[in-house]
Amino acid sequence: MHLILFIVFAGFCLAGAINLLLQSHPINSALSLIVVMTSLAVLYLLLGAEFLAAAQVIVYAGAIMVLFTFVVMLLNAGREDRTLGSRAALRVGFPAVVAILAVIATMILHAQGLGVARLSEGITTTEELSVVLFTKLLLPFEVTSVLILIAILGAVALASHDKGDGERTVGK
Amino acid sequence: MTILQFFLWSLLKVAVVTVVFLLAVAYTVLLERKLVGRIQNRWGPSRVGPFGLLQPLVDGAKSFLKEDIIPTGVYRPLYLIAPIIALGCALTSIAVVPFGEPNVGPLGLVKRGEMHLFQIADVNIGLLVVLGVTSIGVYGIALAGWSSNNKYSLLGALRSSAQLVSYELALGLSLVGVVLRAGSLNLRVIVEQQAVSGIGSWNLFGGMQFVAFFIYLMAAYAETNRSPFDLPEAESELTGGYHTEYSSMKFAMFFMAEYANMITVGCVATLLFLGGWTSPMGDLIGPFENSFVNAGLSLFWFVSKVFCFLFLYVWVRGTLPRFRYDQLMNFGWRWLMPLAILNIVATSLWLAFVKI
Repeated sequence: MHLILFIVFAGFCLAGAINLLLQSHPINSALSLIVVMTSLAVLYLLLGAEFLAAAQVIVYAGAIMVLFTFVVMLLNAGREDRTLGSRAALRVGFPAVVAILAVIATMILHAQGLGVARLSEGITTTEELSVVLFTKLLLPFEVTSVLILIAILGAVALASHDKGDGERTVGK
Repeated sequence: MTILQFFLWSLLKVAVVTVVFLLAVAYTVLLERKLVGRIQNRWGPSRVGPFGLLQPLVDGAKSFLKEDIIPTGVYRPLYLIAPIIALGCALTSIAVVPFGEPNVGPLGLVKRGEMHLFQIADVNIGLLVVLGVTSIGVYGIALAGWSSNNKYSLLGALRSSAQLVSYELALGLSLVGVVLRAGSLNLRVIVEQQAVSGIGSWNLFGGMQFVAFFIYLMAAYAETNRSPFDLPEAESELTGGYHTEYSSMKFAMFFMAEYANMITVGCVATLLFLGGWTSPMGDLIGPFENSFVNAGLSLFWFVSKVFCFLFLYVWVRGTLPRFRYDQLMNFGWRWLMPLAILNIVATSLWLAFVKI
């Protein structure tokens, strides 16, 4: 059962990713990316990470991709021209991709102590996850949140840079 | 219970819940028209059947029989799939809602505790599933507006996506207090934690979550595009909003999705704040010997709580004028969000220091 689901959703994931590259319309690409994200969520669920699956759907598929489609709509981006690519890209690009993937794959296969993930019945509950997150991994967790906070502050600072416009909206 | 049995039971539950849910959607429309009629000092629909009770069926038949117009300028694939996404997501999220006492032995058919009679799926992260499916539902509206190739539709869709994304934050944060109290994201566990002593142990009163309930209420109106936050379909500015170009059954699908979302939001409010299927009087009308009566009673309490919520929805719609767009955004980001965060901090402090 797990294996069937895995194959189906891994297939969805790959098909979505390939479709993303082949589509010439930005909004179709964005929608393919949503398919990829949600299929990934199912794969997480098959590995027993239920909270991660839900977070994937809510945050990535639900919030971030909405902003993507939002931008596509606002910019009214049209259909892209399909080019066959330059000859240099064909000759150098594909061998380079193959070489890099091969290096990464061998590195992963030879690495020790990475652990094994199994498609399993067992589910890591949100409680267990949060215990690990707030005891063992507290420092990385807090550092990440500070990073995100800095990013938010930076975004606000950039957005309110234009004084004249800012005052008008603040003054209602 | 074998896999086949489980499959058949689930299929049966899905079928029953879908039919009942769609009927409930149809009659919510009637309820709204009747109530708004009374608020505006008129009768509302009263000609078809006794008290206008057959009006939803006639309306449904009418939308089936109307001509289905697809304008030439639309982007066809997305134009066709948008109403399906909207309605599909609206119908999916009801799957994790427990309607009644789930551990009632299914009346001699299967052993007690082996399956949940009044819930399609008992999921550990039920609350997150509801939020996730709702957040996918945004695409239905956004794509409908964009693919229609109409400025009113596009403006409606943009307003709606911005509004949904903004208020989703307040909505999610307002639920954290409840989750903190229950220590679980499972909707059944959250209800059972409120079942101790009737109304006093509801999260709304006993749990002191009335601030969270207020935030949830406001955010829920915005999330379902309902008055006073119904800017995405403000007819005086946008003619119809995101569904301007839709006709016949496709329009009806958006309409049904909106009301289905209303009911789902009402169900979640009932489960999280109003004690779900439990009696407000605790054990005063106690558990009876007969499990049929118990099951019926728990269904009755659940349905009446959701009904009160829907009544409030319509009441607000009939009373309050529509917000302006900047007021909406200010209210969401400057009031509801900080209030929700304060509520989380207060609840955590209370849980940490007062109730050990």
